[in-house]
Amino acid sequence: MKLLIKSGRVIDPSQNLDAILDVLIEDGVIKDIQGNIEAADAQKIDAQGKIVCPGLIDVHVHLREPGFEYKETIETGLRAAVAGGFTAVCCMANTNPVNDNQEVTRYLLKRAEEVGLARLYPIGAVSKGLKGEELAPIGELKEAGVVALSDDGQPIYDSGFLRRALEYAKYFGLPIISHAEDKKMARDGVMNEGRMSTLLGLPGIPAVAEEIMVFRDIKIAALTGGHIHIAHVSTAGSVELIREAKKKGIRITAETCPHYFSLTEEAVRDFNTNAKVSPPLRTDADIQAIKQGLKDGTIDLIATDHAPHHPLEKETTFEDAPSGLIGLETSLPISLKLVEEGVLTWPELIDKMSCKPAQIFGLKGGSLKPGTVADVTIIDPELTYQIDANSFFSKARNCPFNGWKVKGRAVITILGGEIVYQHGEIKPRTI
Amino acid sequence: MAEGFNKSHLLGIEELSAAEIKFILKTAEAMKEISFREIKKVPTLRGKTIITFFYEPSTRTRTSFEIAAKRLSADTINISASTSSLVKGESLLDTAKNLQAMQPDVLIIRHPHAGAPHFLAKHIEAAVINAGDGMHEHPTQALLDALSIIEKKGGIEGLEIAIIGDIAHSRVARSDILLFTKLGANVRIAGPLTLIPPYAEVLGSKVCECIEEALEGVDVVIALRVQRERLKQVLFPDLREYAIMFGLNRKRLSLTKKDAILMHPGPVNWGVELDPEIMNMDRTIILDQVTNGVAVRMAVLALVAG
Repeated sequence: MKLLIKSGRVIDPSQNLDAILDVLIEDGVIKDIQGNIEAADAQKIDAQGKIVCPGLIDVHVHLREPGFEYKETIETGLRAAVAGGFTAVCCMANTNPVNDNQEVTRYLLKRAEEVGLARLYPIGAVSKGLKGEELAPIGELKEAGVVALSDDGQPIYDSGFLRRALEYAKYFGLPIISHAEDKKMARDGVMNEGRMSTLLGLPGIPAVAEEIMVFRDIKIAALTGGHIHIAHVSTAGSVELIREAKKKGIRITAETCPHYFSLTEEAVRDFNTNAKVSPPLRTDADIQAIKQGLKDGTIDLIATDHAPHHPLEKETTFEDAPSGLIGLETSLPISLKLVEEGVLTWPELIDKMSCKPAQIFGLKGGSLKPGTVADVTIIDPELTYQIDANSFFSKARNCPFNGWKVKGRAVITILGGEIVYQHGEIKPRTI
Repeated sequence: MAEGFNKSHLLGIEELSAAEIKFILKTAEAMKEISFREIKKVPTLRGKTIITFFYEPSTRTRTSFEIAAKRLSADTINISASTSSLVKGESLLDTAKNLQAMQPDVLIIRHPHAGAPHFLAKHIEAAVINAGDGMHEHPTQALLDALSIIEKKGGIEGLEIAIIGDIAHSRVARSDILLFTKLGANVRIAGPLTLIPPYAEVLGSKVCECIEEALEGVDVVIALRVQRERLKQVLFPDLREYAIMFGLNRKRLSLTKKDAILMHPGPVNWGVELDPEIMNMDRTIILDQVTNGVAVRMAVLALVAG
């Protein structure tokens, strides 16, 4: 089985590539990248005017299976992933049962294999039952296939516990992904503490609730030499702390999400529950700092924190609605605004949405070097359209970008040399 | 819908223009006289069904709305959280849909969550009146406060108004500040700093450093209720200290203009936010506020359902 992608603008930051080239895929791996490849027996894809890049990778999604299949399943989540141009996702452990044992990890991998659309990399729990009391069997989880550890959704509150967890995880080469939130500071807050919370009379969460924990995490990373990855950075103060930590050589990496550089607390006006998310949407100053952090490399990558909920769960008061919004099918067009605004170049964006995620978490893909698995995304950079949540492949509709006019979309997604998504159609691989 | 007010709901003061506020107040002035007739009833809302739906305990607001509705000849039904299906776990959305299926004309709601009336307004056809949503707004309280001030002072524009106490958790304070500033008054707020909301200036009021500064030379003082449940939240040490440091007494009130009036949305914790020595001071108009509450609610009901 051969696939030849003709005349696209091939962007692969992993080998400093940005040129009009052909890409030849054979037996599921990248075979060759050249100016003009001839392969009579290959299926050809005309990529003229398109971007050809390593498949996008999202290291922070909630697929809700097992336990919350009414919100999303591995199948619907992976359909949303490939439709958004993602060839791999890392799913968080806060399912029911929690992914704190090999059985759950194996189940996740088996289901993903059956679905046959995108690579699924499970993230294991740090603590049993996400309770922050006893360590999950980290070594066994690694053996079963987890690529990182996280109690995401909840912070690891006990600093002594986090220290031991990080030391223990270091032996197995697994990073701990931190949901940085001081719960005692956040209290009953449901949105950013600021002008909008005062106007709406909603309890607020100040930026320092995140920053206190980011600071603590940095200190524990420095103490242990372990690798902490800060999830969903939302404040200017966090960006500053991470920047300083990196200068000192502390092993810390960080992600932000499209909503933290495109939406502010203003989105909550009219009590829009689809704009309720943890951490909360902040202010313009935070957006500017996050953009700067993306530009200077303080923030390594863009993830979505795709958090599906059933539409009825969001159809209530702001305070009662669950936190979270979905992102797999909007991440690319929303992130492309960074390119349009000149914050990032195309190669820098691809780096943050594909290469860096693969490098930091040791995943397949993230590169088009010959010999690498042929996970490829083809993007039409000029395609303009209106985001319509009702057309999503995800089960959920909790998208604050619904109705936005955007530009740029994944038109073909290739997994291991096979087209799994093409112009609105899902094509599962046969196993 | 009447000329001068063309909203189908009353969700908050924020949505109202100065002209709309003035129109409601003018209507309320006209309504007030009805409550002093021998037969306290007019046929304005005959055949209309009004539901009061209170998710939080309330005596005065609910009663005030019910009396207002009855004086306009509407049929009223009262639902409270403990007697509704909420205790069976019914969602707010389902409750709204079920109530709507019975074709009420007006739904008056009080809810512990900000935005609950706005949510209902999106899902039902009846006119929705906000009778207090979380820490957000309490528009009819602000309107009755305004009516009470106008009665004593002749108008709102240019007045200096001090609001003292728990601004952060007070829907009355929010609606009051928005309304008074829309009508051209200057509003000052003061209280323990734990009870002043962040970025309080966005509401349009001036944050004073101390109670005394806020009271200096004002025309109107509004004291807010100290909610005892706040004690658990480490916002101030205890009621005794609150009374001493932040309570209003004769001495503190001597800083205001000589003819300044004192108001309170009730219920008052005498001995905490207000010293009992000022209970019978003739500048205290707390009971006039209650009387005006009925007039204002009659006006609002007539305007949204008439």
